[in-house]
Amino acid sequence: MARTLSMKDAINEALDQEMTRDPNVIVMGEDIVGGTGSPGEADAWGGVLGVTKGLYAKHGDRLMDTPLSESAYIGAAIGAAACGMRPVAELMFIDFMGVCLDEIFNQAAKFKYMFGGKAETPVVIRAMVGAGFRAAAQHSQMLTPVFTHIPGLKVVCPSNAYDAKGLLIQSIRDNDPVIFCEHKNLYASETDVPDESYTIPFGEANVVREGGHCTIVTYGAMVHKSMEAAKELAKDGVECEIIDLRTLSPIDMDTVLESVENTGRLVCVDEANPRCSIAADVSASVSQEAFDALKAPIQMVTAPHTPVPFSPALEDLYIPSAERIASAVRKTVSH
Amino acid sequence: MSDERIVAVVMPKWGLAMEEGQVNEWLVEEGSEIKVGDEILEVETDKIAGTVEAADAGTLRRRLAEPGTVYPVKALLGVLADASVSDADIDAFVADYVVPAAAEGEGEEAGPSYQFLELGDQRLRYAQRGDGDQAVVLIHGFGGDLDNWLFNLDPLAEGFTVYALDLPGHGQSSKHLDDPTLGGLAKTVAAFLQALDIDRAHLVGHSMGGALALRLARQHPERVRSLGLISSAGLGETIDWDYIHGFVAAENRRQLKSVMTKLFADPSLVNRKLVDDVLRYKRLDGVSETLTLLADTLFANGQQRERPADGFDPAQVPTLVIWGEQDQILPVAQAEGLGKGATVRVVPDAGHMVQMEAASTVNSALMAHFGEH
Repeated sequence: MARTLSMKDAINEALDQEMTRDPNVIVMGEDIVGGTGSPGEADAWGGVLGVTKGLYAKHGDRLMDTPLSESAYIGAAIGAAACGMRPVAELMFIDFMGVCLDEIFNQAAKFKYMFGGKAETPVVIRAMVGAGFRAAAQHSQMLTPVFTHIPGLKVVCPSNAYDAKGLLIQSIRDNDPVIFCEHKNLYASETDVPDESYTIPFGEANVVREGGHCTIVTYGAMVHKSMEAAKELAKDGVECEIIDLRTLSPIDMDTVLESVENTGRLVCVDEANPRCSIAADVSASVSQEAFDALKAPIQMVTAPHTPVPFSPALEDLYIPSAERIASAVRKTVSH
Repeated sequence: MSDERIVAVVMPKWGLAMEEGQVNEWLVEEGSEIKVGDEILEVETDKIAGTVEAADAGTLRRRLAEPGTVYPVKALLGVLADASVSDADIDAFVADYVVPAAAEGEGEEAGPSYQFLELGDQRLRYAQRGDGDQAVVLIHGFGGDLDNWLFNLDPLAEGFTVYALDLPGHGQSSKHLDDPTLGGLAKTVAAFLQALDIDRAHLVGHSMGGALALRLARQHPERVRSLGLISSAGLGETIDWDYIHGFVAAENRRQLKSVMTKLFADPSLVNRKLVDDVLRYKRLDGVSETLTLLADTLFANGQQRERPADGFDPAQVPTLVIWGEQDQILPVAQAEGLGKGATVRVVPDAGHMVQMEAASTVNSALMAHFGEH
């Protein structure tokens, strides 16, 4: 039955339903039950922002509170996946990837390739991404481009509760390692979510708004900022088509190219830092594949090439705003 | 305050979720004489585009709504009145008009938009509207759900207690099917009627739902007041397999949209939201398996395996057959499948989803048919 659910609860429900469906699904991470040493009661905290709350009471020892040692438990999750389990490891903040990156990019991402296609690694690594949470430079990064760069990994970044549930279920059922990026500022955002299980295929972008004047390609929290900008622009008669990529690897360039061929204009919006970003990647592909369709230079709206500032005033300036997106659209439309 | 000589043309409410709609264009000029049922203007919601039809007759004295503008439900879009009514009276009516608030209050009065019924291990979703003495039960077709009756449910509820259900495997009902035959589905519908104490009803079925209604009428003629068969299966030999197979196989929006445009005479009615809703349904666990099973059991290779029309006598249960002339799924010639005993109404400029595409025509034909029986 369709009802409204927050993205946080939608992720919780996806984990719950997949653990119920498949006994091989296990969940591990720091404080995901209630903190080491806690009895794991139903009221235990359930992760740093409570995403896994209540799952221990239902699924017991299939959830494991791990020591504060990312390389150990991410390695364990990847090993368990190679041996037939379907672990979902929660890394808290994606900023902590540094200490377990060998396990991810040199092991998990390479197994299928190096073992002649005979090894599967169905692991999901969930992590919070994004700025705007007043959490400073080490807990706020949008590191999606780092993982998108690595062959052998799939990278997912939902913008809403409906997509989060369907994409997480797909991630758990997928036989390859998936980096599942959850924007912490979207946890409270609500949409209609069916109570039954469902999947959304990887590599299928979602056109969240139709328009003929300019294409905006984005993902995650920037989808909402782009929608805000499009609403303002529509008052002046500028209609934007907004594409939510949903998965960054694989990426649905067909939908992007089809839209650009129609609008002739492209603005890429990415909360990541600009160099080698998703925005840069999409821009490069479009200028290579659809140069003749372009009526104006491609615009990119990204964070600046700096760490995320702790000062709230500066952090708000760091994150791409609806105003910046709107002015980029105006620039390309008036070219 | 209210002047009975003046009739307000307002933004319709198509389904409980609708809060506002955009006026696309006026279909009649100011000053035109309007008959009941005439199409006055075109409205688009995020779900579907449709036309607002005149519920009363009169001269269209004012066109207030601007094309391209979004208005809340029940907002005043235009004014109908006789020529005898003065302009001043009309201006006063317009000035005094207040959009009735309390959509929420109404929702509470009307009860929840949908309800659920547990039948054994199956959960069925249904909608119930109106409080007329006689019951009307609406049964959707293959791959559909009760929202296929979006434009019919509330108008029919003006005179009847109307029920619309999601068949097993469809909409928000349970997705597993114990018995993928017409008999199996009919058993579920019979149990549904029993559980809700509906002793006797007018059964209206669309497409596969029509075959089901026919099957029920043959099994339990005493429980069926009349039959309304809309672009119905079960009357002919063939069905468009490209559609059935394409619908089941479609994995993304592009594939699904090209299949779904076959459902309408006017393919522009298939907007993004309509396709998205069906795609969301198709991606629920179990749906693909159930649709495959149903398609292979009932319609394999475009042959209708079950023909409940054979040997059925419309003299026993009065039957109205309605068909969209442009139907691409079930050819309009099949409308004659019950022979002379049934009343046949072919609707021009409408396709397989005739109850959506020509809602007021279908609604008034059904109301007249129910009234006679």
